[in-house]
Amino acid sequence: MNSATFQAIAARPAPVRSEGLVPWLKRNLFSNLPSSIATVVLVGLALWFLPQLLIWGLTKAVFAANHEQCQAVRGTGACWGVVTEKYRLILFGRYPFDAQWRPLIATIAMVAALVASCVRLFWKPWLVLLWAAMLVLFFGLMFGGFAGMVYVPTERWGGLPLTVLLATLSIVLAFPLAVVVALGRRSNMPAIKTVCVIYVELVRGVPLISVLFMASFMFPLFMPPGTSIDVLLRVLVGITLFSGAYMAEIVRGGLQAIPKGQQEAADTLGLSYWQAQRKIILPQALALVVPGIMNNFIAIFKDTSLVTIVSLYELTGAMGLALNSDSNWRPFKIEAYFFIAAIYFLFCFSMSRYSLWIEKQLSVSKNR
Amino acid sequence: MSEPIIAFEKVNKWYGNSFHVLRDIDLSVAKGERIVICGPSGSGKSTLIRCINRLEEHQQGTLRVDGVELTDDVKAIEAIRKQVGMVFQQFNLFPHLTVLENLTLAPMWVGKMPKKDAEERAMQQLKRVRIAEQAGKYPLQLSGGQQQRVAIARALCLTPKIMLFDEPTSALDPEMIKEVLDVMIELAEGGITMLCVTHEMGFAKAVANRVIFMDQGQIVEQNNPHDFFDHPQSDRTKDFLSKILGH
Repeated sequence: MNSATFQAIAARPAPVRSEGLVPWLKRNLFSNLPSSIATVVLVGLALWFLPQLLIWGLTKAVFAANHEQCQAVRGTGACWGVVTEKYRLILFGRYPFDAQWRPLIATIAMVAALVASCVRLFWKPWLVLLWAAMLVLFFGLMFGGFAGMVYVPTERWGGLPLTVLLATLSIVLAFPLAVVVALGRRSNMPAIKTVCVIYVELVRGVPLISVLFMASFMFPLFMPPGTSIDVLLRVLVGITLFSGAYMAEIVRGGLQAIPKGQQEAADTLGLSYWQAQRKIILPQALALVVPGIMNNFIAIFKDTSLVTIVSLYELTGAMGLALNSDSNWRPFKIEAYFFIAAIYFLFCFSMSRYSLWIEKQLSVSKNR
Repeated sequence: MSEPIIAFEKVNKWYGNSFHVLRDIDLSVAKGERIVICGPSGSGKSTLIRCINRLEEHQQGTLRVDGVELTDDVKAIEAIRKQVGMVFQQFNLFPHLTVLENLTLAPMWVGKMPKKDAEERAMQQLKRVRIAEQAGKYPLQLSGGQQQRVAIARALCLTPKIMLFDEPTSALDPEMIKEVLDVMIELAEGGITMLCVTHEMGFAKAVANRVIFMDQGQIVEQNNPHDFFDHPQSDRTKDFLSKILGH
């Protein structure tokens, strides 16, 4: 070999994967013995279980709001009639029956605002105004007391509007709180750091139920007599403080993952503390903890069901209320649970899909 | 001689209670001077230059930069940081921002410059480091040498009087060292005050007015590059030079 000149091999496209059903099955379901066994066992279980579920849930099920028919198929078919009969009570709780169009519109408005906030197209300053308008509309409709609408106190609010309201406001308030507390816990200033540590450790040390109890029953004892703060507001503050503490630790985890050099580079460029946090540290730290944060949002959404114990009847509470008071329908709680589970799932699944989309958006800078 | 732009007087620093990292440092740097600092790892050379823009605090002695004494006064620190650019071993670019955004961030937020002007200046600096065509990319899409050149351009966007380099080529593949050194040599020719921690002795010979050798937190020896390399005075310097030039 004499003085060979180096010749780079030209780039070629990657081999095309063989397509079609059989290669796909082979690759994904029967690639080796353990995989094949797992496939057979799982398909077997599905064949054994699914038909019974379909028979129970569809073919033998009763959809009409007729509790005698329901009693007749008990044990063999589902009684979806309970939903047909009670859906308004489940969805709106003790809200006056004739005025239930108000919580309906209010809920649609809030969900619409939530969806709009998820779309990049709407990430403009006026989104804040949209939220302000939406909240005015929401509370205006829910309270009423003007334009011929009957006044409805918060004790009678219930069902899905209450769930959505509590979850949305606690998420919107707890997230900034968490960011500030996480930054505070890493602060060089001992007073700020101590306050943040005490807050996080105290709140994490107690169950949400006891926080709600304290907010509902103990807090008024410390207030001067005669003053009263709405129980809904107290519970909202309780949930916000509770989830803020958990989320603060998630955010702190993200902050710790950012190399020290990023802060040093920001310092060197003369950025102030808040500029550095806002422009450099937080965007990277929060991008890292999107799954954890979304976990917490979903937990908040479902944890709102605990406010039943302080006599606020959100979705789960309203369902219990609707069925417990009626001996005809009380036996069909499972079907009602399926119904509200589907609603919870719809919200939570949307949140988790959205979180995946956010992760994808944020990974742009990591792609080579 | 006019007043030095950087003046260390009996500066001492400890890490924790026990590790005495800078010991009685006396050093004055004239405007436009180009200094290379070398020494074994742990000798305090990085700490020394990081004191100049207060990434590290000194505990004793006085340190004046551009006529301002460095104390806990935040305003003074901010004023000095506007005059001092820094380039790190690990580049420390902001990975979530494009190259152009990395460069315009400080001029827009610290210098209150309109976006258009900041971008214009950024493109000038990117051309200067010969990387203008990468402006829209993200840092991690670039090679190490390209990233370091972006980091130099970013520091230059604030038009500093002093540039600090903390081992700028130590994290680079051998093939990329030259492209970064070339940019630094050009910069040196422009007359900016430069302090550079490096073991690139070719660079030291080419551009430095003065080479400083540090060991165990002290300045052991300083001289012009010619005498420093050809006639080192102390045994410690001779030993060090034989190790880094020996291979």
